[in-house]
Amino acid sequence: MAENLTLGKCSALVIGGSAGSLDVLLEIFPALNRNITFPIIIVTHRKSGNDSLLSDLLQNRTGLKVREAEEKEQILPGYVYIVPADYHMLIEHNHTISLDYSEKVNYSRPSIDVTFQSAAEVFKNELVCILLSGSNADGVEGLKSVNKYGGSVVIQNPETAIMPYMPQQAVNSVKPHIILDSIKMAGFINKLIK
Amino acid sequence: MIIDSIDNDQVTILLNDVLEAHGYDFLEYSHASIKRRIARLYTLDNFVSFAEFRYTIRTDKQYFKRFLEEITVNVTEMFRDPTFYKSLRNDVLPVLGTYPFIRIWVAGCSTGEEAYSLAIVLKELNLLHKSLIYATDINPSVLEKAKKGMFPLNYLKGYSENYVQSGGTNEFSAYYTANYSLAKFDESLNSKMIFSTHNLVSDHSFNEFQLILCRNVLIYFDKELQHKVFHLFDNSLEKLGYLALGSKESLDFWANAKNYKRVKTEKIWRKI
Repeated sequence: MAENLTLGKCSALVIGGSAGSLDVLLEIFPALNRNITFPIIIVTHRKSGNDSLLSDLLQNRTGLKVREAEEKEQILPGYVYIVPADYHMLIEHNHTISLDYSEKVNYSRPSIDVTFQSAAEVFKNELVCILLSGSNADGVEGLKSVNKYGGSVVIQNPETAIMPYMPQQAVNSVKPHIILDSIKMAGFINKLIK
Repeated sequence: MIIDSIDNDQVTILLNDVLEAHGYDFLEYSHASIKRRIARLYTLDNFVSFAEFRYTIRTDKQYFKRFLEEITVNVTEMFRDPTFYKSLRNDVLPVLGTYPFIRIWVAGCSTGEEAYSLAIVLKELNLLHKSLIYATDINPSVLEKAKKGMFPLNYLKGYSENYVQSGGTNEFSAYYTANYSLAKFDESLNSKMIFSTHNLVSDHSFNEFQLILCRNVLIYFDKELQHKVFHLFDNSLEKLGYLALGSKESLDFWANAKNYKRVKTEKIWRKI
């Protein structure tokens, strides 16, 4: 499973992570190419109330525009959308954002599964989803949907994850296209630019 | 949970059935969310075919009650977003307190947690005696729960923390009595509440209010429906009245938003 495997067109990239994923994001963002041709959506588990903190941390490390996702907002190429704490985020067929305050999924809101599944259905084979470090199994069901709709599944190499449980669960039950060391993530994302 | 147990066309079929057979219009709800709710219910209730699911929803009145309760989101909490309640306490209610009588509408009140939170703040500001809270929801079964004012005891620790963060200074436990696994809230609070069904999609304005609270309801509606509901609120709000929305909702892109002025940084607007 080489990281230079060629993937098709990427219309959206969704990155999900939990405990230990912030470090990876902070490593990825400074190295991202500014000419990214697709939207990047970040779903991470965290406490409510410090949304702007994550946006600010990432914004300080990239020339891309980082914003907290707003409901009914159109998602646009080259923007980074942070799913707000305490809301699930879904994507409509017209590429607008729906936020949802329904029951937690995998004890989590936002849930990575919810956004992965929703994106899978909308972007089909033009979707790339990356699952990072974490200590529960959120994201695994979502990656199954991504596979089903022909999208690309990328999992952080559990050996390089601070919390290997989540990526390990995914590796065990989903067929990934690529398993990537955290250090190679940014390079991989830049290669998705077409 | 498998969300693609139901496809987009089937969602449209079901929603048309629901409108035709039961008179509830969900066609302008955000599609992705309502589809997920429907697929969730289909899986949860172990239906084996779409045809069976469709037939049951159309014909079984009892099951339709469950359908209504499950596809609408009824997740709520007391003093949700404490800074919002702080602003109500410090910026909004003291202004309304100068009126001889305060009429408040909690639209989409679900099981009532927001209405009881509001009543607690009113009571602490010594305004509850001259207030009336109209708490409405599309869904009769959640209103039955709301009337009782009983909430699961295991949530109360979190509610109490929210209450303190929102500027509450009393002993939160003074407002309820623990009864097995439930906390029963003081009847002085719901003595000032009127519960009634009201469908924001199809029902009209029924009174004029000085404050309308509608939090985390509009996120489930598409843009056009949101704007219709803003008109309904506009017709139901006195001049200088307040409209309060959920933390991710906004009046900004509505045509008449210019007639409203935002109160500080919270999602509260004053009609000017």
